[in-house]
Amino acid sequence: MNTNVNDQMKNEEKNKLVKEIVARHMHSKGALIPVLHEVQESYGYLPDEIQEKIAKEMNISKSEVFGVISFYSHFATKPAGKYKISVCMGTACYVKGAGAVLDKLKETLRVKVGQTTEDGEFTLEECRCLGCCGLAPVLTVNGKVYGRLTIDDVDTILESYKKDGGIA
Amino acid sequence: MEFRTHLMVCAGTACVSCGAFNVKKLLEEEIKKKGLDKEILVVGTGCQGFCAQGPIVVVRPDDIFYQLLSPEDVPHLVEEHFLKGRPVKKMMYTPPGEKIQIPTMSEIGFFNKQRLIALRNKGLIDAEQIDDYIGRDGYNALIKVLTEMNPDDIVKEVKDSGLRGRGGGGFPTGLKWEICKNSKGSPKYIICNADEGDPGAYMDRSIIESDPHSVIEGMLIGARAIGAQEGVVYIRTEYPLAIKRLETAIGQAREYGLLGKDILGKGFDFDLKIKQGAGAFVCGEETALMASIEGKRGMPNKRPPFPAESGLWNKPTNINNVETWANIPWIILKGADRFASIGTEKSKGTKVFSLVGKINNTGLVEVPMGITLKEIIFDIGGGVPNGKKFKAVQMGGPSGGCIPAELGDTIIDYDSVTATGAIMGSGGMVVMDETTCMVDIAKYFLNFTQAESCGKCTFCRIGTKRMLEILQRICDGNGVEEDIGKLQELAAQIKDSSLCGLGQTAPNPVLTTLKYFRHEYEAHIKDKKCPAKSCKALLTYEINDQCIGCTVCVRVCPTKAITGERKVKHLIDQEKCIKCGACFDICKFKAIDVN
Repeated sequence: MNTNVNDQMKNEEKNKLVKEIVARHMHSKGALIPVLHEVQESYGYLPDEIQEKIAKEMNISKSEVFGVISFYSHFATKPAGKYKISVCMGTACYVKGAGAVLDKLKETLRVKVGQTTEDGEFTLEECRCLGCCGLAPVLTVNGKVYGRLTIDDVDTILESYKKDGGIA
Repeated sequence: MEFRTHLMVCAGTACVSCGAFNVKKLLEEEIKKKGLDKEILVVGTGCQGFCAQGPIVVVRPDDIFYQLLSPEDVPHLVEEHFLKGRPVKKMMYTPPGEKIQIPTMSEIGFFNKQRLIALRNKGLIDAEQIDDYIGRDGYNALIKVLTEMNPDDIVKEVKDSGLRGRGGGGFPTGLKWEICKNSKGSPKYIICNADEGDPGAYMDRSIIESDPHSVIEGMLIGARAIGAQEGVVYIRTEYPLAIKRLETAIGQAREYGLLGKDILGKGFDFDLKIKQGAGAFVCGEETALMASIEGKRGMPNKRPPFPAESGLWNKPTNINNVETWANIPWIILKGADRFASIGTEKSKGTKVFSLVGKINNTGLVEVPMGITLKEIIFDIGGGVPNGKKFKAVQMGGPSGGCIPAELGDTIIDYDSVTATGAIMGSGGMVVMDETTCMVDIAKYFLNFTQAESCGKCTFCRIGTKRMLEILQRICDGNGVEEDIGKLQELAAQIKDSSLCGLGQTAPNPVLTTLKYFRHEYEAHIKDKKCPAKSCKALLTYEINDQCIGCTVCVRVCPTKAITGERKVKHLIDQEKCIKCGACFDICKFKAIDVN
């Protein structure tokens, strides 16, 4: 089962984390999205109980918080794996064979897009254009960009993360 | 300190991904080792545009262009060129299909047909140093508007230049400013739309990464004209480097008194904030973008009222795209007449495009309006790689369309591009060759808009889903004759009954491919064939007489569908074949036919 280290935090610690972030943004209008960005950055994702704390702290309804989270694809309500693989499916990558790279990843990792491998190591995602079209097709692993891919590169990249946490 | 030579290392996202920072660090070390660090300065610049060739180093003032550099190349390069004065040929650019290297940047076809206004500082300055920008006339336009011009003069200048919105809409910028300036209500806001969502387009990211101050200065001038004190840059969260550079630039501008209270002692107050998006394509639409800044779900609202009257926090708001803002300082400084002298009757100035897909010279280009598509694709882009035939170019992303090769003489201006059924859009230009299936491309874009529809309008939400299902069916070989008619009917309904640009333009990729490539749809439906040999379900793999019986394909086939002994022609069992193409890829004897 895949877990998030922050789930082990004590309740008071979680309260403190949310409280501090909300306090930093409350003075400005339209604070909810920046708050969600920061909480997700520190906590990893936005589970139910965290959403509740944000709503309480910002004095808005939980449905408003959830409404915004569910609208934007960047916000996650489930924990991600240790390594997040994002395959760019922008037009340039698509016409240059990103689909085949994605298929190969699905097959090797035995997951669908949006899922995490059973060992909690890899989460597979597609994204909409990273703007590295010159390097198409492209994928990122925890933000590190791998470009000019062929399907043969997939195994090499995955192996490197399995062994020693990625190619430097 | 005076340096005899500057090494401009491209540090745009694409080059950084290929290891540009490492190359830069090694260059600095190596130059120091050779004792040249008092003569040669290494500078990290924004995107140079020629992204396919990264990492890139340009030697100034000699103008020598080095490309595809690896860390191992660095010691040799420094020793040969900078110590011994012998430029290294093998690290220079060779045009596709040719043998002789081109040493200087200005001789390379990719660069010499371009005309730079929005990208005027690309590769020439360090984007993280405000002094570099100031050294290239930066903030002089701001000084001019604060000392010599009143708001009406500024609006008039922008109107006279003929500048139209570069985000894709093409609305005259000066007119937009005038409406907002004359609206009642206070405070007023200005926004920079940097939510560049079109897949296959990265002009705005590149401008911010290479020259963030040009956008800030443009916004300052706009704010002065309209009477705004607050500005917001709404930028995609997927662009971390651009966000960082913009933050640095805003910080430096504040330090220099170019943002904040009483700017340049002229009693003008203006400050800027950055708001990050969170991954929703529809937020590029201006009313949705403002909802998102307000911290809400990014759903579009009906217009009127237009943002110029009631926008952000229900106050008069002016929104322009990154490239539009970057043009402003140039126009103010060089004059509207000079800008208007470039381009066509109704489309003035230049346009930045990201030239990507099946093209030799992938990268970012800025061209004068009025240039033809062919000139961009062949003279600048170097044509289609691997001897394949140019088939179509997709312009305008999911709202745009595919322009076929026959219309290659179409000139770049808002009206000519619209006449083809595509749109100018924000500047994505994806080139496709004979192996790209046009039904599949239409399906790709529909998949995109369907997923990104916010769901507010029924036809956009459900209509795009139904269209996608039909396209999927056609690609799977299950299309029926009525499908084309159904697609056209749904397309018309979605266009008519959607509130915002996303829905109104979502059917465009299908309509343009139907207009120019109807025969491909028909081949899928009637003959159950994919002419581009791209739709897997419609392909069959067969072994021809070229087979020498080497058994390589037998071993590579994942489903054991190929049988055969050594030196005997092999056979593919069509029942077992999953059409993965592994046999085709591995065969050295062209013995696999794909039909």
